[in-house]
Amino acid sequence: MNSKLYQKRLWTNRIGISLSMIAMVMGVSVLLWILFVLFKNGFAAIDLNMFTKSTPAPGSEGGGLANAIVGSLMLVGIATMISTPIGILAGVYLAEFGTRSRIAELTRFMTDIMLSAPSIVLGLFVYAIIVAQVKHFSGWAGTVALALIAIPVVLRTTENMLRLVPGSLREAAYALGAPQWKVATMVTLRAAKSGVVTGVLLALARISGETAPLLFTALNNQFFSMDMSKPMSNLPVVIFQFAMSPYDNWIRLAWGGALLITLTVLVLNILARVFFREKISH
Amino acid sequence: MAETQDLQLKTAIQIRRLNFFYGKFQGLKDINLDIAERKVTAFIGPSGCGKSTLLRTLNRMYSLYPGQRAEGEINFYGQNILDPKQDLNLLRARIGMVFQKPTPFPMSIYDNIAFGVRLYENLSKGEMDERVEWALTKTALWNEAKDKLNQSGLALSGGQQQRLCIARSVAVKPSVILLDEPTSALDPISTAKIEELVHELKSDYTVAIVTHNMQQAARVSDFTAYMYLGEMVEFGQTDQLFIKPKKKETEDYITGRFG
Repeated sequence: MNSKLYQKRLWTNRIGISLSMIAMVMGVSVLLWILFVLFKNGFAAIDLNMFTKSTPAPGSEGGGLANAIVGSLMLVGIATMISTPIGILAGVYLAEFGTRSRIAELTRFMTDIMLSAPSIVLGLFVYAIIVAQVKHFSGWAGTVALALIAIPVVLRTTENMLRLVPGSLREAAYALGAPQWKVATMVTLRAAKSGVVTGVLLALARISGETAPLLFTALNNQFFSMDMSKPMSNLPVVIFQFAMSPYDNWIRLAWGGALLITLTVLVLNILARVFFREKISH
Repeated sequence: MAETQDLQLKTAIQIRRLNFFYGKFQGLKDINLDIAERKVTAFIGPSGCGKSTLLRTLNRMYSLYPGQRAEGEINFYGQNILDPKQDLNLLRARIGMVFQKPTPFPMSIYDNIAFGVRLYENLSKGEMDERVEWALTKTALWNEAKDKLNQSGLALSGGQQQRLCIARSVAVKPSVILLDEPTSALDPISTAKIEELVHELKSDYTVAIVTHNMQQAARVSDFTAYMYLGEMVEFGQTDQLFIKPKKKETEDYITGRFG
């Protein structure tokens, strides 16, 4: 064996591994640092009041995030209810019906643009078409903005998951004399179910932290309100406003809200992974 | 053609001057063939010879893919199924197909079988139960599956899955069953069970089977067609074709000198 060559390769290998380890540590340590600061400040802020009281007025003591939590749940919940059927149906269309058609190509292209569009642009768009027309901010406008962000995510995942379903399964269903819509809904969509659920969960995670589109649409509401036609409080915007305020209790609540959102996104991501793993094991 | 007529068998499917194209490539060249009712007809030949293509014209499976087309006539009890007006779903309900790899649907064993039946028949719960049992019994799967009808079809073994797929085809009561290399993904024991099943099926159904296993063709079929490069080289009674082939190419293939 050529020991010189071997030594050289050994060292190249060591250097390569070291470099990638350093890169990994740099990436992970920043993430851990963020989580550490967030957990330290966030858990200190969490108490029962946070869930029972609404956001405090400037200068007043105490207060909580009840209105923002409920508002966020409603905005994200309704946005998901709107975007899930649209996204799934459009995904089914792209994967099963219009595979090669012009409209499908166009839809795919638009979806890609929507996926990478800055969310602030979508917020501005909804501001222009809804808020500017009715002349006031509202929960509905916020919901529409969030749904616009979620639809392309659900759509693309659905399409990709349906494409993973083997063609032989489709053929087998057609071979029994099943019409196309039955094949798509009863067989392929069912086979891709866990993947589609994963897409919905990822979209949920994505929109639950969105701030920019809500600034222009739902804005904020200091009081507890479940009226979707009025401005609506929500966690991201409350965090945005409170974190930069001069009041200690506001800053504390901002940390608490940030932790809540992070935990939600974390749980959603874990759920998505669990669902997707089930799919792979089939 | 002459073969099946001499034996005074009723013809289920009559293929005349069939040409098939994958875009510009011609996959089948001037095929003429009669498939006899309630007999097993096997298509053999080396890979790429067009045997699966031929099978897939019989239920117009190729119509799913733009760019594939067939010319000529395929008369199914006198009706040309290549007619553009042919209702493909109805055709496929009458001419069932089972594929190379088992393809259970992602639903329970019961629903796997009920799926196809529900498409064309409105049965009561009791009648459907009977139909499911009948189909599973017919495919010798009832004893193995009767306690897990509500479990996923994916929970069965490969051989059982394939029998489930056959049961699924049988359940809709087609008149013809097409088998596209149904045992090539299975172990020898499962293969033997499927072959036995093919034997039983022919008392009620017309069966066409594609296989690259010549022994299998010899074991299960009444008629065999040997194909090569998209052409029908020889067609005849299985015994005669394997014992005394008329053509040199057929003999070379079945004796293993070629292919």
